[in-house]
Amino acid sequence: MSTSTPGHYTRHYKSSSAAFVAGFKAPFGTVFVLVMTGTFIGIGALAHGYGFSAWWLTISTVVVWAGPAQIILIAALGSGGSMIDAAIAVTLSGVRLFPMVVSVLPLLRGKGARTLDLLLPSHFMAVTTWVESLRLLPALPPDQRIPFCNGMGSGYMATSVVAGLVGFYLAAGLPPLAAGGLLFLTPMAFLCMTARGARQLLDRLALALGLAIEPTLAHYHIGLDLMWTGVGAGSFAYLVHRLREATR
Amino acid sequence: MNSALNELWPYLVLVLVGFLPNEVWRVLGLVLARGLNEGSEIVVWSRAVATAILAGVIAKLIVFASGDLANIPLSLRVGAAVCGFAAFLAVKRSVFVGVAVGEVVLLAGGFWLMH
Repeated sequence: MSTSTPGHYTRHYKSSSAAFVAGFKAPFGTVFVLVMTGTFIGIGALAHGYGFSAWWLTISTVVVWAGPAQIILIAALGSGGSMIDAAIAVTLSGVRLFPMVVSVLPLLRGKGARTLDLLLPSHFMAVTTWVESLRLLPALPPDQRIPFCNGMGSGYMATSVVAGLVGFYLAAGLPPLAAGGLLFLTPMAFLCMTARGARQLLDRLALALGLAIEPTLAHYHIGLDLMWTGVGAGSFAYLVHRLREATR
Repeated sequence: MNSALNELWPYLVLVLVGFLPNEVWRVLGLVLARGLNEGSEIVVWSRAVATAILAGVIAKLIVFASGDLANIPLSLRVGAAVCGFAAFLAVKRSVFVGVAVGEVVLLAGGFWLMH
């Protein structure tokens, strides 16, 4: 990466707090905030259905901050499964956060950034914030990326907490088919969002293979199915990408 | 004392089973990513792994559905997802269109099966 002059960046804010506020506002008006509202209405409905309290739902949104992990947690604990099973499932679904943080950190880490400053942006990394960070952060000067990212994470989190509560209280009044429709929002939206973020062959191949391999492994009750899906499909896509680069 | 424990227990479980197993990956990413840059091969590979695991979670939520969604037949759930995705691709890669079409197919199909 080349060192850039300040004029190189297309967005620039007066201060860190201005960057935070701009980040907080960034979700609103995007399709992501609609999708996230829909997703968390679905999660709120799920939490209600499985007998969790509104407080528990809210705190789980803030501390887990990963839609799939939260859904797995609610479904696994709510259906009377063991804590160990739930913990393993959440651990496996959380693996994808590791490469997200790894791939976004080079963008966030300016010259003076301490690990402590990166703790909060790392906590905010989930599918939507990851996709949007990769899209929006490069336009900002490095020293404004952390406050912008924290603002954006707070904006999405505030939206999710409110939407979760809306879904929680809606669920009581909805018929089963409509509640099923609410639960379908999550996978449908994440499928489109991931495909939208997949610009290169590498990402498209990983998406297609992941969709095909996971149900196959789960069908044959192969343990650690998510882990194998990620490592298998991801590595295969990476190898194809490397071969293509090499023959170019 | 017992009732206080009963009230706090779900939150303790949330931290032990929900927060810690999930957050450990973010902290590991933070600790291990120092010294890596955007173009390094491990970052490219880990992005592919993240995408594949997310794809797996999506497939799992549709194929092995839970709650009220499980009462809607598998063929209808998969069909609705395929229709939604086709609409997403057809209409300027719009997430909104994809979700709207998927939901309409799922709900219309579910309504038709019930009646």
